[in-house]
Amino acid sequence: MRRVVRKFSRRVPEWRPRVVPVKLEEASEAQLEALSVTPSDTKVSDYVLTLAHDVESLRVRSPLFNAIMYDKGGMSRSEREIGAIGASMVNRCIYCAAVHAARHAQLENSTEIIDRLSLHGRAAALPNRDRAILDFAVALSEAPPKAGPEQMHALREAGLEEAEILDLILSTALFAWANRLMHVLGDPVRSDGGDA
Amino acid sequence: MDSYRDATDGTERAGGMSANETMLATVGIGDAGPAAEMVALRSNIFEMTAKAERAVLRPKETGRWSHPLRAALAARIANLNGVGDLAVRYAAEAGDFVGLANPASDGTAEGLGPVLAFMDKVAVNTRNVVAPGVSTLQDAGIADADIVRLSELNAFLAYQISVVTGLRLMTRCKP
Repeated sequence: MRRVVRKFSRRVPEWRPRVVPVKLEEASEAQLEALSVTPSDTKVSDYVLTLAHDVESLRVRSPLFNAIMYDKGGMSRSEREIGAIGASMVNRCIYCAAVHAARHAQLENSTEIIDRLSLHGRAAALPNRDRAILDFAVALSEAPPKAGPEQMHALREAGLEEAEILDLILSTALFAWANRLMHVLGDPVRSDGGDA
Repeated sequence: MDSYRDATDGTERAGGMSANETMLATVGIGDAGPAAEMVALRSNIFEMTAKAERAVLRPKETGRWSHPLRAALAARIANLNGVGDLAVRYAAEAGDFVGLANPASDGTAEGLGPVLAFMDKVAVNTRNVVAPGVSTLQDAGIADADIVRLSELNAFLAYQISVVTGLRLMTRCKP
């Protein structure tokens, strides 16, 4: 039996939609194009098939996601992941948090920061720079946003350049978006029944 | 006036990209100055954001949610987040639905009670959205595709509000 996962970790769960995803065999031409389905590659996740219900949004969101998280310059990829994790902790999007925690660990070749966050949440002891980044991401992700001059000052004190701060705003904001799809339209589940 | 070709549909549109970009206009970032130089570092992202805004606010395929209703919902979400100037921009496009931009209205008169309850919760209480939030809409006869459309609109607004807030902080709290 698959159970809903409620605890933050870097073990990526499965995602079970709360709505019926588009069936690939019934997809329109526009949906197939947005899904990037080709005769040799027909593997599409339930999440993407769910978003295919709104094909105009799906088409523009994927390139925007990739640009914000992966474009060269500015903030490092692993620090952008902290922005994603901060937003996902606030919105309790377990699936997004796990995916981006795993990615942070992979990019850093270390699970230390993520394990501390899993164990202690926002109160985890972090290096100064990561602390300022996480605090800003968390404050910006509250609704209404709580980020103010104090958090902005802390980022600059921690040595972040303006281009890096811009990337942090964008990566955190992107997960205000992603969390509201992933966490709202489905559940993170695991078939081994564990609640971790 | 400048014009540009919209890469999503190839049509020629009036106005420079920045003039058409709600987020930058709301923050007051124009075509020149230090803030403009800063966002120019990621101009591709701001251009794609403008396309995303059109996809959720003014899509060709609207499903159950007309353009004016989408604008009203966007204004409502901006108001719930205390970003009044963004709300004013969207409310101007809300037509007969403009009353819904006020978070005090519950949408009952328009037959949109469950929709507004869902949208409000997703906007400002995301962490507590659980499965019944979606099934309530399904029980109210709203198709899954229209639930996804509502979620995309809500999610985009959350992104836009975060970017507006962050850019404002950057420009007001100068290094």
